[in-house]
Amino acid sequence: MATETLRSETPQDAEDAAELLRACAADGIAVRFAGGATKAWGHAGGDDGLRLCTSALDTIVEHNRGDLTAVLQAGVPLRALDELLADAGQMLALDPPLGAGDAATVGGAVAAGDSGPLRHRYGAARDLVLGMTVALSDGSLARAGSKVIKNVAGYDLAKLFSGSFGTLGLITEVIVRLHPRPPDHATAVGATDDPAVLQDAALALAANSLEAQALDVRWEAGEGLVLARFAGIAATEQAAAAERLLGASGVQARTVEEDAALWTAQRTGQRSAKGAVVRVSGRPTQLAESCEAAKAAGATLVGRAALGLSWIALPAAAPAELVQAIAGLRDTLRPSPGVVLDAPAAVRAQLDPWDHPEDSALVLMRRVKARFDPTATCNPGIFVGGI
Amino acid sequence: MPGPTRLVTVPAQTITTDPAPLTPELLARLRAICGPAHVLTEPIQLRTYESDGLLQYRATPGAVVLPGSATEVRDVVRACATAGVPWVARGAGSGLSGGALPVAEGVLIAVTRMRRVLEVDLPNGRIVVQPGVTNTEVSLAVGPTHFYPPDPSSQIVCSIGGNVAENSGGAHCFKYGFTTNYVTGLEIVLADGEVVTLGGKEVDRPGYDLLGAFVGSEGTLGICTAITLRLIPVAEATETMVAFFDSTSHAGEAVSEIVSEGVVPGAIEMMDTLTIQAAEEAVHAGFPTDVGAALIVELDGSRAECDARFDDVVRICERSGASEIRIARDDAERMAIWKTRKAAFAAMGRVAPHYYVQDGVIPRTKLPEVLARITALAEEYGMRVGNVFHAGDGNLHPLVCYEGEEEAERAEELSGRILEVCVEAGGSITGEHGIGVDKKRHMPTMFAEPDLAAFQHLRCAFDPRGLANPGKVMPTPRLCGEVPGPYRQHPLEREGIAERF
Repeated sequence: MATETLRSETPQDAEDAAELLRACAADGIAVRFAGGATKAWGHAGGDDGLRLCTSALDTIVEHNRGDLTAVLQAGVPLRALDELLADAGQMLALDPPLGAGDAATVGGAVAAGDSGPLRHRYGAARDLVLGMTVALSDGSLARAGSKVIKNVAGYDLAKLFSGSFGTLGLITEVIVRLHPRPPDHATAVGATDDPAVLQDAALALAANSLEAQALDVRWEAGEGLVLARFAGIAATEQAAAAERLLGASGVQARTVEEDAALWTAQRTGQRSAKGAVVRVSGRPTQLAESCEAAKAAGATLVGRAALGLSWIALPAAAPAELVQAIAGLRDTLRPSPGVVLDAPAAVRAQLDPWDHPEDSALVLMRRVKARFDPTATCNPGIFVGGI
Repeated sequence: MPGPTRLVTVPAQTITTDPAPLTPELLARLRAICGPAHVLTEPIQLRTYESDGLLQYRATPGAVVLPGSATEVRDVVRACATAGVPWVARGAGSGLSGGALPVAEGVLIAVTRMRRVLEVDLPNGRIVVQPGVTNTEVSLAVGPTHFYPPDPSSQIVCSIGGNVAENSGGAHCFKYGFTTNYVTGLEIVLADGEVVTLGGKEVDRPGYDLLGAFVGSEGTLGICTAITLRLIPVAEATETMVAFFDSTSHAGEAVSEIVSEGVVPGAIEMMDTLTIQAAEEAVHAGFPTDVGAALIVELDGSRAECDARFDDVVRICERSGASEIRIARDDAERMAIWKTRKAAFAAMGRVAPHYYVQDGVIPRTKLPEVLARITALAEEYGMRVGNVFHAGDGNLHPLVCYEGEEEAERAEELSGRILEVCVEAGGSITGEHGIGVDKKRHMPTMFAEPDLAAFQHLRCAFDPRGLANPGKVMPTPRLCGEVPGPYRQHPLEREGIAERF
């Protein structure tokens, strides 16, 4: 993306940002939102107009320790937030890979609907965001949700904006639910070179009542791993129980107490600097098929076993080869959609990164876009159906 | 469920672009779609549907239709769209905010005949159901290995379709979340009769999270005809206890300590003296009636985690001054504790002839402060207010008791002031009952004009003619402007937010 050539503005507060949007809408100028600028995803060509950076919207407005909530401006870096919350024995259970320079912001992660291994236990960004303030292209600042974890007043616009890639408006502030940070961790690891055995082991753990904090799989260079992480005062005991269960499923099982590196690798596996990453929204019972597809493509797979989500990372290759490899993966895994995340612009220009059919849902999405951003000012062209 | 007897007849809504009367032609069409036996028009039949669980509002629909399939729902909605007649979807009619209150002379679409479980897929942790399936039936269909966590008190009768519309919660949502955290797929019919599939068994399908927008939209964005839900494996161990305290503030301190120690109970519920007395009269579980508060704590999870944490909870309750702690030794004792809690609303009818239930939410740490203000308000009004809380998530259900018709207005006023206290404390006017008609006048307490305008954008994208459940949620009727073209350049041409009163 040629974003460095764009004129750039850094609003100092939400009101500034809303006014900037209004002015650009009136002048017919597209606005490109940037948090940590770590995710150049979506349709290629989203490089015209003006760039709006949220880097000055970086205030942790409230940390309500007793209520386990926080009010965060969109530009707060996830890493700085995590350090602050760690001191209080708490965490925001949103752990996507943080991108180049660990620059990912809370607003960017929410807008992209990104997630990491903790999603297994704590849900996606949309499940952790209690409220939101958004700047719309008519210059208004609208709030939805609240500071309490239970609230059904009004429409849940916070969910609508989560994962909307800035195409409806700019997220200026989010209110999030926090969780206690468990003191101890242990991971049960099962290894096998047979995708079918890997799937059976993963399904056995997913159906079990042991409450894992994360339940991941990995396929790399002919070997598969299933990883079940437990947290809290009984972490080691639970991991031992999971190890027994894995052993009974026919995989080589062990327990790892110093497990941080394993999980860093799982998060890193969701990104690729030079190759391409396809995120497959599949089903847990498709895991073996996904591993076979990754194997055939010489790719690495990381996934959330109980959620059916996989990130398949294809190694760097010429654009035409990557395009072909992506098409092959999609064909194999259809009807599960495979969204292209990281990929060179030349690759994203030659395919639909979203893999979304022209159906009645897309018609409805266009209607939503037309109501919230009738001037098509906010990140136009990068989202599903060219929204 | 007993409720106030004061009845407000709601006049015909006048907010759709061009509401049309229910003509004989439309009735004939509805009969052709659903069969004559499933289109009700006799006054005596219609009376059943005049109110939902909130009895102080009544409106008589022109017809009640009982479609038996998704195709019939679609055709009914299409017929209404063609005729320009507004309609309201209704599940079991157990809602507590008037969300399923009919539009006078409009069509009421009751999904009570659509009660089939379409698919159970345990390996993928999913169930697909029709909207009339009850909440309890879902858990029964997936047991004993799995369960469906959202468990509103009305779970035996309430429908999943209604749960989706209201984003229902329940006692276990502090740990497990709400309906919106469990719906992964919906088949919906928009007010123009278009069928749209949102999500599926898979998560993170590309595009806007329209599932998140639809769940909790109180029937104003369309009607769902099939629902895919996420299921959870049943916990290895469940431990339940009830601790009694001399005051709600001491019980509240225990709640704060439990949560701040990192314990995430499956449920943590509080009842005050008045509600304990009422519930005890109804179910005789042997709760002492001279205490200030009862705190029910349920832990679930792995056996090892559960046992370790349960000792922590008992210790915290003792330290916070619990006068007595009872631990359920078996399922029967556990059920007795829960029966007392879930009977609380219905049982209030035994201590007061009429009451208003409120549904405010506050940040948990504001509990002592807010309770003191509610007590002061109750004294000011000279009325009794019972309190039941989902204590973990700060959801209060104050029950404002009153004696006769003449007190109804003051009771309603007191209820409204309690909601204002909740919002001032940083909370919400409703945690799980919804806005419906009952709380829409309080919406401006919580939301400013730009917020409401943004809500209207969503409403207009789904239902520009305002045919689906008009007159709910938004505080004042609004019209949608022209559907703007996606690349129109002039903001001034954009929708005019007309208001008609």
